[in-house]
Amino acid sequence: MTDQTPALRLEGIVKTFPGVRALDGVSFSVMPGEVHALMGENGAGKSTLMKVLGGIYRPDEGTIVVNEKPVAMTSPLEAKANGIMFIHQELSLAGELSVAENIYLGALPRKSFGRVDWKLLYDRTDAILSQLKVPFDARTLVGDLSIANQQMVEIARALTVDAKAVIFDEPTASLTDAEKVVLFDVIADLRESGVGIIYISHRMEEIFKMTDRISVLRDGQYRGTLVTAETNEDEVTQLMIGRSLDLSRNASTHEIGEVALEVQGLSCGDLFSDVSFEVRRGEVVGFYGLVGAGRTEIAETLFGLREPTAGTILLDGKPTRINSPADAISRGISLVPEDRKGQGLVLGMNCRDNMTLPQVADLTSGPFVSNGAEVAIFDQYRDRLDIRTPGWKQMVGNLSGGNQQKIVIGKWLSMHPSVLIVDEPTRGIDVGSKSEIHNLIRDLAAHGYAVIVISSEMPEVLHVSDRIIAMYHGKIMRTFTAETVREDNLIQAISGISPEAA
Amino acid sequence: MKNGNKTVILKSSAIWGFIVVELIFFSVAGSFLSLSDKAFMDLNNMLLLFKQSAPIGIIAMGMTVIMINGNIDLSVGATFALAAIVLLDSLTWPIFAGIGDWVIPISWALALLTGVVVGALNGLIVWKTGVDAFIVTLGSMLGYRGLVFMYHGEQPTSHLNWTLVDFAEAHFLGIDTATWFLLLVTLVMWIVMRHTVHGRNAYAIGDNREAAVNAGIRVGPHMMINFMIIGFLAALSAVVFYSESGSVNPNDGELYELWTITAVVLGGTKLTGGAGSIISTFGGVLAIQLMRKGLVFLGAGTETVNLAIGLILIAVLFLDKQLNIKGKEALRI
Repeated sequence: MTDQTPALRLEGIVKTFPGVRALDGVSFSVMPGEVHALMGENGAGKSTLMKVLGGIYRPDEGTIVVNEKPVAMTSPLEAKANGIMFIHQELSLAGELSVAENIYLGALPRKSFGRVDWKLLYDRTDAILSQLKVPFDARTLVGDLSIANQQMVEIARALTVDAKAVIFDEPTASLTDAEKVVLFDVIADLRESGVGIIYISHRMEEIFKMTDRISVLRDGQYRGTLVTAETNEDEVTQLMIGRSLDLSRNASTHEIGEVALEVQGLSCGDLFSDVSFEVRRGEVVGFYGLVGAGRTEIAETLFGLREPTAGTILLDGKPTRINSPADAISRGISLVPEDRKGQGLVLGMNCRDNMTLPQVADLTSGPFVSNGAEVAIFDQYRDRLDIRTPGWKQMVGNLSGGNQQKIVIGKWLSMHPSVLIVDEPTRGIDVGSKSEIHNLIRDLAAHGYAVIVISSEMPEVLHVSDRIIAMYHGKIMRTFTAETVREDNLIQAISGISPEAA
Repeated sequence: MKNGNKTVILKSSAIWGFIVVELIFFSVAGSFLSLSDKAFMDLNNMLLLFKQSAPIGIIAMGMTVIMINGNIDLSVGATFALAAIVLLDSLTWPIFAGIGDWVIPISWALALLTGVVVGALNGLIVWKTGVDAFIVTLGSMLGYRGLVFMYHGEQPTSHLNWTLVDFAEAHFLGIDTATWFLLLVTLVMWIVMRHTVHGRNAYAIGDNREAAVNAGIRVGPHMMINFMIIGFLAALSAVVFYSESGSVNPNDGELYELWTITAVVLGGTKLTGGAGSIISTFGGVLAIQLMRKGLVFLGAGTETVNLAIGLILIAVLFLDKQLNIKGKEALRI
């Protein structure tokens, strides 16, 4: 590997924004046939660096070298022409167009008079798709594909050009474990074919499984490159955050109380059926399963966003009908939704207004909203949750993911709920904030809240839960206690293997 | 509420900067080009400007609220005409013949009620059917205009009540009745949007409807209230205007929806909802009226005025977009 020339090399990249040095002399290189992890907490400069690479931002200083040729990356088109392709975290595909049209968007093969050569288009696409061994063809509508398969379309798009370097930005964020395996195979094939790969992820397991080397950014500065085989998670974490991290399970020391929420035979069409469980005060119940197993849908039903087709919900032992989120909230059920920015926050509003959103009607003096009462609530929960923001006037969109999540959690805590449902509590949140959110969830249980945590990350579920409910295809397969859970059993349960068969 | 952000301040002050530029331009250019020997920034001329801004301005305050909430209302012009007809016609109804000038508050109330009812109808349809407000109010625009024509056919509806005319032409503290109404509506709507629960929730719904629903906010009633507000204001605008003029043509109020939207957008309110300000809309209204008066002052015809306003609208929004792009880059680190 050492005698080869790098597929892509960055030298002393500097990018400043008013008041901030977002990138401060970042240099590293990616060899052909190497999977190179790029790690760093949110705000470390990964996104900015990728935008520089993609021609969206121009660096103030430094050079980008592709195959030993310095390149002025002035536009996304330029990046593509130089063989630098991106697989974005948020997919950018046209759902109403076919797979082939999406792959060749902007470069459709033509016949005379500007007519599209459909046959050639479909043939070429199918040839690429067969390399990827995907279960769909060139004519499939992208909108009909799962997220994982849409990602495959993006990868196929990268294969249409002579890619020198492919950048994967959090590719597994919305994939199930089975889908990840497919993705990793594809990445391995790409590596075989001599493409340099930059792999951005927060997930250590993947990094250690997939990559050859790891480069770390912190506060816009390059902190070093480690050879994956010669390092360990602690070393990488320390490089990223400057301290080591304890991810072991905190044993419950507090009393588990009465049943706060009980669900009997709850069903909702094809989404989930005959679901029964209970959550006690002081307890964290984890819902683990593949994407589409019905976990989020159960949460949405409990929160009044979906109407159950059968079953009963009991709150403090009393049967309850929940017809709307307003109903759920007034009965003490709160939901921290999966998609923080899309469902949880009003990004154009400041921190305080977001936090008081559900109860602003109660914070009035006469017809007017009471500024003092609102600020008091904000201050209280900022301190309690250690939300780092310059002040309540800060637009919530300017906060880091971890602090945004704390705003959403604070919003509900200030309503004094009895049941708190947290869907994917740490999605897109950096390592440091992750453990803070985990500790917060444990702490809430210790204060007597009944907490439901839905997560697709096994370490997270194992770390925070007192009990774990494993779901498969809309059904509860098995319930584990924190003391008895074994990872292999858990994986079997969510893959549809019942304990008798196993 | 929203001044934690520099770009917001910049944006909201942009319209006032534009107004200052207009004033300077027309004063200077006017001294060379105008046939009139009076200065453009003459006090009477400025007072008249406010008065002439009132009909569009009053409706524009409602449109701001509707657009912040993420909707739009194309039926305001038709509502305006319908309320005007109810006002002028009800003044002559035989059942009110015996009560003299006491008919005036009754007619006012009837006209305003008309506005609230047709607004509520818009809101109810948008709420209950989930059809886009653009489509619903496009339909009701045609429908309400149809009602206007059904009233008297192509004939104008006329009735001059001199008590009413005296009231409309009165001055209080040197300011016209119509201007007082505009200022009062601006103040009240500003307070509603900035300091009440309804205003707060309207912003939240317009910015991120799903998050608002998840916070337990009932979206439908808020939207319906906003449509009732704009219906009321369209009717109020008609009441203020036709109290003085006393005659309504079935085509009156046409294109008012577009003029109000122009004023609102010029003031920086986003078509997509969630952001905007009543005060900036006030600026947008003044800016349009200034442009109109200024160009006429320089001797331009109506067609030139419309062309100029159209171009300026696009130019201002382009500028706004440039400012926003810079802001975004600076914030995304």
